Amino acid sequence: MKAIFKKEFKNYFLSPVGYIFVGVFMALASMFFASGILSTQQADISLMFSDINVIYLFLASLLTMRLLAEEKNKKTDQLLLSSPVSITEIVLGKYFAAMAVFGVTILLSFIFPAIMFAFGEPSLSEVIGSYIGFVLLWGAFISIGVFISSLTESQMIAGVFTFASLLLIYFISWFEASVQNELAKKVIDCFSLLSRYSEFQSGILNIENIIYYLSFIFVFLFLTVRVIDKRRYS
Amino acid sequence: MTDAINAVEIKNLTKLYGANKALNDISFSVKKGEIMGFLGPNGAGKSTTMNIVTGCISANSGSVSVCGCDVLENPKIVKGKIGYLPENPPLYFDMTVGEYLDFVYELKKVKNNKKQHIAEVMELVKISDMKNRMIKNLSKGYKQRVGLAQALIGNPEVLILDEPTVGLDPKQIIEIRNVIKEIGKQRTIILSTHILQEVEAVCDSVTIIAHGKIVAQNTIEGLEEEAGGKDKYILRVIGNKEKARVLLRNMEGIKDVRVMESREENVASFSVEQLSGYDIRETLTKAFSDADMAIAELRSASLSLEEIFIKLTNTAAVEEETEEVPANDETMVETAAEEAWAEEEEVEENESNI
Repeated sequence: MKAIFKKEFKNYFLSPVGYIFVGVFMALASMFFASGILSTQQADISLMFSDINVIYLFLASLLTMRLLAEEKNKKTDQLLLSSPVSITEIVLGKYFAAMAVFGVTILLSFIFPAIMFAFGEPSLSEVIGSYIGFVLLWGAFISIGVFISSLTESQMIAGVFTFASLLLIYFISWFEASVQNELAKKVIDCFSLLSRYSEFQSGILNIENIIYYLSFIFVFLFLTVRVIDKRRYS
Repeated sequence: MTDAINAVEIKNLTKLYGANKALNDISFSVKKGEIMGFLGPNGAGKSTTMNIVTGCISANSGSVSVCGCDVLENPKIVKGKIGYLPENPPLYFDMTVGEYLDFVYELKKVKNNKKQHIAEVMELVKISDMKNRMIKNLSKGYKQRVGLAQALIGNPEVLILDEPTVGLDPKQIIEIRNVIKEIGKQRTIILSTHILQEVEAVCDSVTIIAHGKIVAQNTIEGLEEEAGGKDKYILRVIGNKEKARVLLRNMEGIKDVRVMESREENVASFSVEQLSGYDIRETLTKAFSDADMAIAELRSASLSLEEIFIKLTNTAAVEEETEEVPANDETMVETAAEEAWAEEEEVEENESNI
């Protein structure tokens, strides 16, 4: 797992993908910081994170589309599958590499709360809650991306399909309101990643929400492992 | 573990791709320290078999064990014992050769001196001076070598090489073959190929697969013997046909003489079979020179590996009785191969790449 993690993480910064991701992410965050916080003079970090812009979804697909699709396309998966590592280790190595690139961005973004603490009095619990929620939300986004990347050989298709799926999740709470069927409501609720996110922003660390995100991630990574394993049998 | 255990033991392996049986109940084994040529026409199931042995894909039924370990029960242990060079070398083009081998070293969890080990492997396949080059900028031959180096990382007991010389120029082919021979002194190697000279040049034994079935497993000499023709010669003599025939009839050690059509006037052609245990070549040349007749040609009529290959793979095709057999007129080829020793015209040896 360590070898795969290292290779993938390095790969992000050997190609432009890592720089584009960190750069665009930080540019967007700065923009929201400037427009939402600096200009309104409010020390409320949730203003920055609440603008989970659609462009963030695009960035998430950019981060994950290559991960497994490329291996299959270039047939390098034969090296991984014939090595003494399990498929779970392969998938986790790749997932954590993508998370680590996201982690780099998160570390850089600490500059925003730092500015706020220097010039105002933001609520510490809100800042911490927002960050934890944001990381969990992204963890879920990336797990979806990794899963979709395992389904196809083309990173293009993986990227577009991931973006479409995340977009659907982004808008899914709108459907929830118009659906009458109880069961359908429940199913939609399962995928409603963003609705649970707002609680974190108010500084509430609800264990139920944390478990929800972690199990969401677990399910998608588990499905990824199954997809790769199943391909060996077909 | 005793030496008696086969390095690779494959039992009753079956693999289905949909309704298509890619492998149909195949079994074979590879002895320790042997270089085994794994032969078969395109689409016969060579790569499928190799992918199953290395754990890249799973079989529908059957078992594979490597050095006494079952692939399904202990996949990690088995994978640690195998070095695999797939048909397309699994290279990451945006890495340098050094970075790539570093990654493979860590991926395979090798536990010996890293720098020294990688340097040794690079030395063996002669890519040391390419260490800092990007893989995408390397020529096909060098890419193939990097692929081979990757398989050698960790000194695996068993090496599985899928068409390692495909697409290389003749000089590179010879170099890679020499590397394989060198490595094969200490390890067990399964070498898949459809180039028959390669098998003759490198391998100790041959397994031939066709249409998902094993049609032969033997040493090269054993195969030639099995296919017959070891004791048969084609003889062409300048002079009177009847006189030559009488001479042959009276010679000791001869089992059978058949007269064959001759294209040239004044040249008589015979197919001569000796009794096993005899070598008639010396007596034969002497007898004819005593009789003042010149021998225009005397050659062994044993089937070449190519002819054996065609014969065996076509027999399998006929047995299969499918409509999807290759488009070429196989009955003709088969007859040609079967009667190769009896015909005056030999099957030309230009069919090296079947």
